[in-house]
Amino acid sequence: MSNGRHHDILLQGARKFGSTALFLVQLLIQCVPAFGRPRLIVYQVYNTGARSLIIIMLAGLFVGMVLALQGFNLLQRFGSEESLGSAAAIGMLKELGPVVTALLFAGRAGTALTSEIGLMRATDQLVAMEIMAVNPLRYVAAPRFIGGLIAMPLLAAIFSVIGLYGAQLVGVQFLGVDQGAFWSQMQSAVSWHDVNQGFVKSLVFGLACSLIAVNEGYHAEPTAAGVGLATTRTVVASSVLTLLLDYVLTAAFL
Amino acid sequence: MQSNRTLELGTGLFVLLGFVALFFLATQLPSSGLKLSSEKRGFHVSADFDNIGDLKVGSPVTMAGVSVGEVAAIRLDPKTYQAVVGLRIYPKYNEIPDDSFASIQTQGLLGGKYIGLSPGGSETFLKEGSHIDQTQSAIVLESLINKLFASFANKAGGGDSQSQAQPQSQSPSPSAPAADPKKPEPKK
Repeated sequence: MSNGRHHDILLQGARKFGSTALFLVQLLIQCVPAFGRPRLIVYQVYNTGARSLIIIMLAGLFVGMVLALQGFNLLQRFGSEESLGSAAAIGMLKELGPVVTALLFAGRAGTALTSEIGLMRATDQLVAMEIMAVNPLRYVAAPRFIGGLIAMPLLAAIFSVIGLYGAQLVGVQFLGVDQGAFWSQMQSAVSWHDVNQGFVKSLVFGLACSLIAVNEGYHAEPTAAGVGLATTRTVVASSVLTLLLDYVLTAAFL
Repeated sequence: MQSNRTLELGTGLFVLLGFVALFFLATQLPSSGLKLSSEKRGFHVSADFDNIGDLKVGSPVTMAGVSVGEVAAIRLDPKTYQAVVGLRIYPKYNEIPDDSFASIQTQGLLGGKYIGLSPGGSETFLKEGSHIDQTQSAIVLESLINKLFASFANKAGGGDSQSQAQPQSQSPSPSAPAADPKKPEPKK
């Protein structure tokens, strides 16, 4: 009995994975003609990116500040407070920047995408489009997906830069680390490879989070409860997948 | 119309800000990034070292503490088994004597390695393709500690020092073997 249920869950998981992958292929095919309507994409970049800017900047500032505080406490024991700059930069660029941005992105923009598309589904707007020979994948799903894909790396970069200045604020202004040493140690520790790694990570997270958000909304059960459930699933799946992909990508990059 | 302008302005500002941030990360942070300045130019000289420690491509080359270049390439000479380090010296430092002395040093106790140049007395200067003959290898802290323990063991144990020194220097708690040989010394 329990064995059968396990079997069921496994099968459902595989089915979900397959349907998401298929959806991604359909979406990618529709992405090319979607560029013929750049206004729709611009609107989605505004919606997912520009409107997440405040929360991203605020979060970046405080993550950077707390990173400096903790790092200083630890590095002080070894008498190498000057390494604070490099520690903060590496942590920010490679891990915290992409990951925290992706988690915030899933909560701020992903939920909005899912509930918006889910409500379109629930109120039969998507079906109406199909009846009018308008492909909803092309005009609803693809622009939102591309918008998220464009917004995410930019948000992560802004997050990292604000975070570095937050770390500098606490490290140099409050805790008295030498300003020159802070930046020069940072520059000597960070390589082009590290920046690249953070960028690729944020791009992959952006793809995963946007895909999940659009997919959950598009395939939401057309009821009020169904839309709510889909929104919850977006946050849970995006967060878990972000952390999982982070491990895989870090292992692949090392 | 109004909302249209907000949309365009917001998107424009956001994308601009994002690209500025990306640009900052890519060009300002890494020492080996795409710098706007012309510091990529310069002439190349080479030097052989027995051991370069953890010297890396991009490590600074300094003279009297002033950065005069960077490490451009590191490879192993298959015949002499020495490390051949290619240095790029910035073009404005074209009056470094060609018998200068190159040594690998450490920034602080735990910092990265860099190459320090001490000037020689020659009348001719380093130029493209020059070779620095006098070098000093990196001081590897672990091997120094190993030697220290070996000498302690020698004093304490006398004859069979080699067989004792090896396991002691590799033991996980270095304080124990270090303390033991020290104690009998004052008694003598």
